[in-house]
Amino acid sequence: MALDKNGIARRIAQELRHGWYVNLGIGIPTLVANYIPEGIDVEFQSENGILGMGPFPFDGEEDADLINAGKQTITALAGASLFDSATSFGMIRARKVQLTVLGAMEVSDRGDIANWKIPGRMVKGMGGAMDLVASAERIIVAMQHSNREGESKLLSACSLPLTGVGCVKKVVTDLAVLDIDPERGFILRERAPGVSVDEIVAKTAGRLVVEGEIPEMTL
Amino acid sequence: MIRKVVANADVALEGLDDGMTLMVGGFGLCGIPENLIAALRQRGTRQLTCISNNAGVDGFGLGLLLETRQIRKMISSYVGENDEFERQMLSGELEVELIPQGTLAERCRAAGAGIPAFFTPAGYGTEVAEGKEIRMFGGKPHLLEHAFDADFALVKAWKGDEAGNLIFKGTARNFNPMMAMAGRVTVAEVEELVPAGTLDPNAIHVPGIFVHRIFQGAHYEKRIEQRTVRPKTPAN
Repeated sequence: MALDKNGIARRIAQELRHGWYVNLGIGIPTLVANYIPEGIDVEFQSENGILGMGPFPFDGEEDADLINAGKQTITALAGASLFDSATSFGMIRARKVQLTVLGAMEVSDRGDIANWKIPGRMVKGMGGAMDLVASAERIIVAMQHSNREGESKLLSACSLPLTGVGCVKKVVTDLAVLDIDPERGFILRERAPGVSVDEIVAKTAGRLVVEGEIPEMTL
Repeated sequence: MIRKVVANADVALEGLDDGMTLMVGGFGLCGIPENLIAALRQRGTRQLTCISNNAGVDGFGLGLLLETRQIRKMISSYVGENDEFERQMLSGELEVELIPQGTLAERCRAAGAGIPAFFTPAGYGTEVAEGKEIRMFGGKPHLLEHAFDADFALVKAWKGDEAGNLIFKGTARNFNPMMAMAGRVTVAEVEELVPAGTLDPNAIHVPGIFVHRIFQGAHYEKRIEQRTVRPKTPAN
């Protein structure tokens, strides 16, 4: 069965390593914080100016002056720090943040990503996504394998305006975990429980490499 | 001490004329200069170019100036929360330049630090790079980006003193410090204005040299855009 949003987040959380600073984008990426594996200490960065972001506040304790990049009210954990936007993107460009997890509308088999604009229909802006993908050491894209129209979001080339080129190395969807090798394309690593390789092949429009037995994810 | 105190928001905006370029601090509705925006709407200044990370929401923040068509052009990184904005943009009434958030922050910082331009990797290979000089550093392509040039910067701080020194709270700091540094005329509104000598000099985020006019805001609504909470008794 295909994973739900929490399943995708849970699988991505397995990629976290002790001591990492991590930036989570809006949507599914935000849920990753709920599934940090036992014994792993990470600190979450939100690009509007906080390191050490904690869970949502208790009802009645929300503070208008403490939000995340998705404009949601948050809390600060012990050891947290606050800073301005230039400092925030300084730490992003200088690769102090080890992992960026973000959503996408399209990803290409060369690691290009599109997630900020649908010409003539939706223009919300790139926010910090272009800065993050241009500089991050590791980028994981969290998204559905297909869009609402049932079309694959894993393409040979993005059709939408790009957010970054050749930057995505790993994609976790409701169906699969895939690495990206710009030379060879999407490399299928794991499939969601009960999802067949055939289904993944059918729903991946870009170049897909399937080598040997593809294990099921363990969640 | 050089005193920077002015009586109110309206006086603070003296000299802000039609057609000028303004920086407006804040991230979403967090840390926005509410009182200055309200005064600007009252004054009816038109044809403004606003450099601000976001464009407010319908009926609050910069959304108030969009409603009255006082803004000709927005320079922002993310504008997804405002229907009136989207309508004016898609109909062509409003000119919009979208730029990466880190580039926006650095173009403010550069302006306040006397740096005319800088190179950043953000936006390479995208439409943001169109027409820009590209240079390789460490084998990686970077875009040449220029410092902003703003007639006024409107910022909001938590506390300030008569000398114009500012302290921010929480994530309401965001773009406010760099914009304060960058404005040809910088106006700061604060929740609490205190006499000089009250604030610890060690704790100042923006030194008063960057601030030309300061006043205590008459009222703060501090609206929350996405109130997100968890229940006090956690479900098992």
